[in-house]
Amino acid sequence: MTDQTTTAATPVRAGFVHTDVMAAALGFFRQVWVMRTLSILFVLGLWEWAGRIPVSPTFPTFTQTMGALFGMMADGSLFTAYGETLKPMIVGVGLCGIFGVAFGLAMGLSRRFEWFTLPVWVISQAAPMAAIIPLITFVYGIGLGAKVVAVVIMAAPIVVLNAYTGIRNVSASLLEMGSSFMATPAQRIFKIVLPAASGLIFAGFRLGLAQGLTGAVLAELLITPTGVGDLITYSRSIADYPAMFASVFSIIVFASVAVTLLQRLETRVFRPDQRRSG
Amino acid sequence: MPVAVKTAEPVRLRSAAEPAIRLRGIGKMFDDFRALEGIDLDFPRGELTTLLGPSGCGKTTTLKIVAGLLEATEGEVLVNGQPVTGPGPERAFVFQDFALLPWANVLRNVAFGLELRHVPKEEREEIARRYIAEVGLVGAEHKFPHELSGGMRQRVGLARALAVDAEILLMDEPFASVDEQNRRKFQEDLLSLLAHEKKTVIFVTHSIEEAVYISDQVAVLTRNPGRLSRVVRPEIDRSGHFDELRRSPAYLDAVDEIWHELKSYLDDEERAR
Amino acid sequence: MTIYGYRLPTWLALLIWAALWELIGRLDVIMLIPPLSAVFAAMGNVLFTQSFLEAIGITLEAFGIGMGLALVVGIGVGVAMGRVRVVGDVMGMWINIFESSPITAVVPLLLAVLGFGMQTMVVTVFLFSVWVIALDTQVGVKHASSSLVEMARSFGASRRDLYAKVIFWAALPEILAGVRLGVIRGVRGVVIGQLLIAIVGVGFLFETYSRKFIMPEFWALVLIVFGFAYGLSETIGLVERRVARYASVR
Repeated sequence: MTDQTTTAATPVRAGFVHTDVMAAALGFFRQVWVMRTLSILFVLGLWEWAGRIPVSPTFPTFTQTMGALFGMMADGSLFTAYGETLKPMIVGVGLCGIFGVAFGLAMGLSRRFEWFTLPVWVISQAAPMAAIIPLITFVYGIGLGAKVVAVVIMAAPIVVLNAYTGIRNVSASLLEMGSSFMATPAQRIFKIVLPAASGLIFAGFRLGLAQGLTGAVLAELLITPTGVGDLITYSRSIADYPAMFASVFSIIVFASVAVTLLQRLETRVFRPDQRRSG
Repeated sequence: MPVAVKTAEPVRLRSAAEPAIRLRGIGKMFDDFRALEGIDLDFPRGELTTLLGPSGCGKTTTLKIVAGLLEATEGEVLVNGQPVTGPGPERAFVFQDFALLPWANVLRNVAFGLELRHVPKEEREEIARRYIAEVGLVGAEHKFPHELSGGMRQRVGLARALAVDAEILLMDEPFASVDEQNRRKFQEDLLSLLAHEKKTVIFVTHSIEEAVYISDQVAVLTRNPGRLSRVVRPEIDRSGHFDELRRSPAYLDAVDEIWHELKSYLDDEERAR
Repeated sequence: MTIYGYRLPTWLALLIWAALWELIGRLDVIMLIPPLSAVFAAMGNVLFTQSFLEAIGITLEAFGIGMGLALVVGIGVGVAMGRVRVVGDVMGMWINIFESSPITAVVPLLLAVLGFGMQTMVVTVFLFSVWVIALDTQVGVKHASSSLVEMARSFGASRRDLYAKVIFWAALPEILAGVRLGVIRGVRGVVIGQLLIAIVGVGFLFETYSRKFIMPEFWALVLIVFGFAYGLSETIGLVERRVARYASVR
């Protein structure tokens, strides 16, 4: 793509002298991490400035938010909150993982089962499952169970669909090869189908994690205030906006880090031959 | 229609005279499409037979029926005198697209057939190493398929088929995905390998030269529907050097014979349109 | 799936689920689930009330504006990301951060800063959907065969023509894929936003129905909203598939 900036030699324009220093400086700035760090600094700077104007009495500066964040970390309230929120999330996503793979396997192996259940999942994936969350309390109360259900509702469609797609799309050639060497059905599943589908299964798991976190937070905001959701609602109720922003900031950071780590793990472990660039 | 008809014949001792594989009246329908009709063919023990023909003539279908990967709609397949409908330990398949496990290294891939038979790890790895050496891949044991060239991948596929020590080898256009220069080398390597591995081989290709070069017997198939047109035995003296083989009169005559057979058939097809 | 050689259509599966729903409802297995027929009957109550029409109006307005903004910004940024490497690297980092984060958590912030009105809803829809649109647009633009671009340039295409006549169309399948996902997320955004705002739109209705335990109406609304989301995404999907047909020649 000739439009993209490359690290090719900068052309000499008439009347303008390029020195080695300038060339080196430009080269430095073209590096990815430099530009990215600059953009981060820019956004944080913008945040700080917006808070100082202030854009709104409820909008804290970056430094105020960081102050509140470190305060919450120091007195441990942040960590207890995460502990609370992560409990239903881990249970929920874990359940989805096992259940999702099993379900996807059943769908992949049985055309009949697939025909019957696929429409449900496809619709659930497009639909805003969040609408159902308020209902959960009627059946599961307001405890851990309710929050696990919220996580499962949000995460299950993507986990199941990804597992199903991965299993359904196992290379027919590999299956035939297994047949030719007389693999038993169990050997087929564990030595060919699951390893071949593992990439997509893990991807579904990663996406499900993001959705599950949404479900957990939503449950905390709608059903019963605990964990991080409580941090947010409570600090809002006492007009402690730096704390409120700090909590949200921490969730965003947490989610990004978790997902990025999973992505790295995914590329390294599962099928390095399919590593995508960029 | 049921395929495996149990004959009333008594179990016979395997004699050199009896063909390893016998096809009797094999036919295959895919929905409304007739792929094969009335195939009667013998595959003599210890010989290499090639199924040759234009694309769509059903040669791969026939091979897969012999392998037990497809079921014939009519007729039966007799392996060592016994009818078969599924895969068996006496037949090993080499795939056109290699069909290697992408997440396993060469050693594990070659040992895969044995792994499925629950052969203990040490034993099957030892066997695998032996065949890895025989196909000329020593040093690549711990490489993964995506790190190998097409030719190397096919050697892994071949080693895997050899490792299970089946008496019958079924090869589906194994050199189709290999470039021209390597193809000749493969053909020569295959011949020298078969010289000391006593196997019955069924080979599928659409290349006349390849067929005549390596085969003891060439079965020419025509299409629409797939039928056996004729069987040619290129009586070529293989004792000489490989290169001389390709210029010997017997070789050239056989190629000519088959080419004319196919040409007249393709001309008929063209006229019929 | 086929039975005796007849291919069974997928909607038949849904019909069976509908029958199951009816059965479970009638058997009164669980209070939450009324018979499907009751839900359909309730649809009349839901659809033609003043409060519903108002709610739908607000919801569609927020959804429309938010999605419109997301499309313009998302596709625009995505194209820039695909064509200029620096933009792609920098924006890519930000987009990846937000694409998989629970934007839901940001909504209370929006409420605090922007209040309980239309702006919050619009921004919510925007924030839910813009990331995936930009990402997929970037992918599409990158995949736009460089030989097509070279060809257009060799025939002297102006920059505007290059983008409008070649790059956009070549990237269209991926852009549509992103739009489809964006629409789904946008609907999710407007629903979640309204659940949290709880005094306007369909979110308010969901809240009210579930609080007052009017189950048939609740499920009727669920069917309507789910149907809308699914219908919209499938329509886009149809266009996407048609476009992908010519694109498979790539």
